[in-house]
Amino acid sequence: MTEITEVTEITRLRRKAVEIRMTLLKLIHRAQTGHTGGSLSNTDILTALYYHTMKHDPQNPKWVERDRFIASKGHSVESLWAVLADLGYFPKEELETYSEFGTRLIGHPNNKVPGIEMNTGALGHGLPISVGMALAAKRDGLNYRVFCLMGDGEQAEGSVWEGAMAGAHYKLDNLVAIIDRNGLQISGSTEDVMGSEPLDRKWEAFGWDVVEIDGHDFGALIHAFDSAPQVPGKPTLVLANTIKGKGVSFAENKVEWHHHVLNDQQLEQALAELQASLKSLGAPEQEGSVHS
Amino acid sequence: MKNTIPNRQALCESLLELAKTDKDIMVLTSDSRGSAALAPFAKAYPEQFVETGIAEQNIVGIAAGLAHSGKIPFVASPACFLSMRSIEQVKVDVAYSNTNVKLIGISGGVSYGALGMSHHSLQDFAVTRAIPGLTVIVPADRHETKKMTEALVQHKGGVYVRIGRNAVEDVYESDDYEFEIGKAVRMREGNELTIIAAGETVRFALDAADLLAQQGIHVRVLNMHTIKPLDNDAVLAAARETGAIITVEEHSIFGGLGAAVAEVTAGGAPVPVRILGIPDEPAIAGKTAEIFQHYGITAENITQIAKTIVQGRVTTG
Repeated sequence: MTEITEVTEITRLRRKAVEIRMTLLKLIHRAQTGHTGGSLSNTDILTALYYHTMKHDPQNPKWVERDRFIASKGHSVESLWAVLADLGYFPKEELETYSEFGTRLIGHPNNKVPGIEMNTGALGHGLPISVGMALAAKRDGLNYRVFCLMGDGEQAEGSVWEGAMAGAHYKLDNLVAIIDRNGLQISGSTEDVMGSEPLDRKWEAFGWDVVEIDGHDFGALIHAFDSAPQVPGKPTLVLANTIKGKGVSFAENKVEWHHHVLNDQQLEQALAELQASLKSLGAPEQEGSVHS
Repeated sequence: MKNTIPNRQALCESLLELAKTDKDIMVLTSDSRGSAALAPFAKAYPEQFVETGIAEQNIVGIAAGLAHSGKIPFVASPACFLSMRSIEQVKVDVAYSNTNVKLIGISGGVSYGALGMSHHSLQDFAVTRAIPGLTVIVPADRHETKKMTEALVQHKGGVYVRIGRNAVEDVYESDDYEFEIGKAVRMREGNELTIIAAGETVRFALDAADLLAQQGIHVRVLNMHTIKPLDNDAVLAAARETGAIITVEEHSIFGGLGAAVAEVTAGGAPVPVRILGIPDEPAIAGKTAEIFQHYGITAENITQIAKTIVQGRVTTG
């Protein structure tokens, strides 16, 4: 990419991410349930993957050569619903059913929804599943890649490390695991709850190529995702340092926003902040706000 | 002549044959290729084989990922671990996500009799049959294992299978018969009582039926190879036509075959159901046959129970 096209691409992604944040906040506000903090911290990661890096086709969700995305931190699903609806995997109007009785759009990824590969939600499951998918690609000579998004609190699950060992053992360089390293989990700081540092050295010791980036810097995100694997024969771990609640001033880095939901006034304020971000990115103002 | 081929070996032989033409069949083991008798498969088809090391959560997750990509993975791992350590992966990655994974619990029940409760799997029917969408099968002999393996490749969806470690006596003369998942096989005809057994206890049920026949008591024997979905019609017919049921299983008396049968009769045709299995205690250690003997899982004890029921009915009736 030339420097100018990269600047344009990054601006496009930043605008898209703001729109996704607005959608997911409205979603959570309407349902009065959801994982606000984690969805906001992983929005930029999802935006970089779905709007830039991954090969995929919303009109053909089961396309054999598509890249696979596994949301191992399944509870942060609201950003994913917003992305999939925006891309046309299902009608945008369906977002209004989120968390309602009998809906497909539940509080975790649901493979009855086009674009969702596997049901997740129990932590520590995504990486072993991703290893299986990446291994199948190798055995079948297909060149799709598998992206698995994990939480940092999730690193306490033993099965994560079973999957890590197998990914390196089978030399799955078509596998990219991402840690949304926002530093907080439901009961406090991840390092207070169960220390997992040094994460970079642990993953390196398990045989992975570790790339540490600012998880809100689109230049770094697309470079890390597009260039993997940088070391042939090794799976890649993108350690994405993020801010829980990113983009909403009063929620940023606040542990209680793990699953706090916005009241009317907070939604108004959050959307106003995001509108200001859009404006600063030179985008036209979004229609409506609370009542859209 | 006494059979010397254990069911695990029959499974491997079938898979070796089927994998010749079906390249989607894969076998995964957790450092268990020897215990599973699957070393010949690993050697013959290295591209269709995956070793995961001693990691039972991982093996099920990887299998689910492979199945999602169109493979037909057979996960062979000790039943005691596969039905306990991996159960959340079985529930979520296999049953809930509806992946085509065949879970083969090897050395099931009290196959590892002397190794203690950590290595006994006497709760696996109870756990697996409570998971929506999962099929649960326990073949009785090598012939049924072969028929079942062929059926598993055709069947779409998650299945838990339990097989034992040691060679067991045949209950079929050959594999020349109809095997259908979910359909019980009536192996002895009789209307005085029904014995329903599964897996290695089918042999005891048949021997008991033969002993009873010598004494003029004719009982029905059902081989309930599929614990779930249970053949409700066969159970209800047995209850209505024979009036009493004895179930025999290498499993806790809680939640297994007997419980499944009683759930059906209670609602549809209430008759006495006597559940013979391992009581609610850490099972005593020893050789499999000694453990069966200790808990009365024998042809002689089944015969005795059957006589008590049938004769009681005559005297009180």
